[in-house]
Amino acid sequence: MAELKKEPVDATPNVSAVETVDVATEAEAVAAIDAPVSQGEPILQVRNLVKHFPLTQGILFKKQIGAVKAVDGISFDLYAGETLGIVGESGCGKSTVAKLLMTLERATAGEVFYKGQDITKLSGRALKAVRRNIQMVFQDPYTSLNPRMTVGDIIGETFEIHPEVAPKGDRRRRVQDLLDVVGLNPEYINRYPHQFSGGQRQRIGIARGLALNPEIIICDEPVSALDVSVQAQVINLMEKLQDEFNLSYVFIAHDLSIVRHISDRVGVMYLGKMAEIGTDTQIYDHPTHPYTQALLSAVPVPDPSAREGRDRIILTGDVPSPANPPSGCRFRTRCWKAEERCATEEPLLAIPERFVAGSTPATHESACHFAEERDVVHAA
Amino acid sequence: MLLEVRDLHVEFHTREGVAKAVNGVNYSVAEGETLAVLGESGSGKSVTAQAIMGILDMPPGKIAGGEILFKDQDLLKLKPEERRRIRGQEMAMIFQDALSSLNPVLTVGQQLGEMFVVHRGMSRKDARTKAVELMDRVRIPAAKERVGQYPHQFSGGMRQRIMIAMAMALEPSLIIADEPTTALDVTVQAQVMELLAELQRELNTGLILITHDLGVVADVADKIAVMYAGRIVETAPVHDIYKAPAHPYTKGLLQSIPRLDQKGRELYAIKGLPPNLTRIPPGCAFNPRCPMARDVCRSDVPPLYEVDERRRSACHFWKETLDAR
Ligand SMILES: Nc1ncnc2c1ncn2[C@@H]1O[C@H](COP(=O)(O)OP(=O)(O)O)[C@@H](O)[C@H]1O
Ligand SMILES: Nc1ncnc2c1ncn2[C@@H]1O[C@H](COP(=O)(O)OP(=O)(O)O)[C@@H](O)[C@H]1O
Ligand code: SF4
Ligand code: SF4
Ligand SMILES: [Mg+2]
Ligand SMILES: [Mg+2]
Repeated sequence: MAELKKEPVDATPNVSAVETVDVATEAEAVAAIDAPVSQGEPILQVRNLVKHFPLTQGILFKKQIGAVKAVDGISFDLYAGETLGIVGESGCGKSTVAKLLMTLERATAGEVFYKGQDITKLSGRALKAVRRNIQMVFQDPYTSLNPRMTVGDIIGETFEIHPEVAPKGDRRRRVQDLLDVVGLNPEYINRYPHQFSGGQRQRIGIARGLALNPEIIICDEPVSALDVSVQAQVINLMEKLQDEFNLSYVFIAHDLSIVRHISDRVGVMYLGKMAEIGTDTQIYDHPTHPYTQALLSAVPVPDPSAREGRDRIILTGDVPSPANPPSGCRFRTRCWKAEERCATEEPLLAIPERFVAGSTPATHESACHFAEERDVVHAA
Repeated sequence: MLLEVRDLHVEFHTREGVAKAVNGVNYSVAEGETLAVLGESGSGKSVTAQAIMGILDMPPGKIAGGEILFKDQDLLKLKPEERRRIRGQEMAMIFQDALSSLNPVLTVGQQLGEMFVVHRGMSRKDARTKAVELMDRVRIPAAKERVGQYPHQFSGGMRQRIMIAMAMALEPSLIIADEPTTALDVTVQAQVMELLAELQRELNTGLILITHDLGVVADVADKIAVMYAGRIVETAPVHDIYKAPAHPYTKGLLQSIPRLDQKGRELYAIKGLPPNLTRIPPGCAFNPRCPMARDVCRSDVPPLYEVDERRRSACHFWKETLDAR
């Protein structure tokens, strides 16, 4: 099924300025948001997105003493119908990106254009329309479902906020349809979350995400809590639904194999920045950023004969604090290639100069002054 | 053989009924060897380990049968004091969650030193020196300065190193590591696994590594025992099992994980769910999920068939499974 999926998207997204549509009225904004986007066109354009969480001191008179730079200037595109994977170690800002895209957090700076509308600045009906079209599936199928509500109420609840999607008399049937779509028995509508297994609960979460016919689903570690056999069931379901409903996914996970499996393109984050982004082949088979190389080489592969043949990079030290990131390149405190320039000059996310002219798989965006190819995934 | 578990049975008496968490487990570990115990959550991996260590919650748990031979003596027949001595000095355990297994109100140095005070009769001062040595050995930077810090002041990876230091402190002959790196990022996981393997080699320790990660197993194990519903369904040298599994469950697991080195197609998914342990299906426990199940599977429990000298499979049709690849 995965093979039949969509056209390959442009390998080198254009991260130049985005045209801002001047919208005079809210109605026009809503109309723009509800307009269809064709396959392969950008549906989300994230530009220099920043989220700083203030660090305060004092109880009565809070004084800001610094900030956690959770997301610190990130740009990427999401194309209609594709899956963009986002990987990186815990604390690098993946969930914060998810919340910003969901407008659950307010951006400190930067823009998120959804069909040309900057959703970080919308309000009222336009914001509501955006929220209907961008849904989320969370990691933890145990805590993200209210234990006191039936499955029918959990899924049906979304219709209370967006009644236009399903008229009152029609809701029960809609919920049963949704249960059927995600492979659960529609007769389970009156059951409670604890009566389901982890994998089944994640299906309920997915049904809730689908209820409003969204265009984009942000998945934050949707299968991390599941056992391998159940994980495969859920991944297959998500791929099937993507084809059926023409969905675009942002798929956040720390399991690099799963991300490769489901993604068309992959972005690698480190300490609030995007280190490298490209197609799955570019990132996994032709990584040029040292951090991507280290991350990939650390993944244990389920093949004992690869034990010796693989190029292993064991990083030393821990990730620095996002409240006080290193100057220049954020990875330099753990990078074996770091030079003086890395401490003074921040490498920008762009196609490295030495690869610009060519059209090899190394020709993709990588934020490193000394980017070079290194295969760490295949045994020599 | 350093450790041999024979036909171990553990039950939990719950309100729902008797949960047969461990139903005749057999496995063994030699000195210096790494046995990986693989299985999905709830398959009985930790309960087996707890029974070996003598830290099972009893009640509700109950050892309903079997033997645990450690250096040729059955641990289940030992007096409590003797069992405690072995647990303290000859065996050690590393848990997934270092933060909850370390004491939050004692410094790392006090906890490491305690081992030498209690078991080796050392003075506090000498024990502290030992603690710093151990921290150095597990490569905690600035050990001398950090020996007086509390567990919460260390990162997850550093805490797991401290757990490893504690486990190795008295140079035990067996270590059981229960999902030691599951909570860590891959880069840190690689550091910790490398350290564990290095110390194990140095001390010639037997290691039981409990995990659900097929990648970790392939990376470090000598042999592997696959558990399903409280039983070992297949044991084999690690190379053999990855090349050609002899049990449909193992085969399903291997097929259901995506690959890092190529894109791959639709994932194979084992249908259904593991059984409720109070109502394990008759015959082969895997039969409701098994694509090869036949009538005999629903009536006769498959014994652990001998596939070859070093390999066993609890499947009536192990030969077919092995050939059909
Ligand atoms: N509400 C918050 N207040 C303060 N700091 C936060 C908040 N949410 C996240 N952070 C911090 O921001 C950083 C990025 O977090 P997160 O986006 O959750 O990372 P990831 O999902 O990649 O693990 C972390 O250092 C985290 O502690
Ligand atoms: N203290 C306990 N009380 C009741 N049941 C338990 C207890 N500990 C474990 N069990 C049951 O034993 C089974 C096996 O658990 P465990 O060995 O922890 O699985 P694994 O480590 O393979 O994930 C589980 O179904 C669990 O519910
Ligand atoms: S810019 Fe310098 S420190 Fe950063 S990844 Fe490249 S070589 Fe390493
Ligand atoms: S014994 Fe039968 S049901 Fe069990 S694994 Fe073998 S073929 Fe499948
Ligand atoms: Mg997160
Ligand atoms: Mg366990």
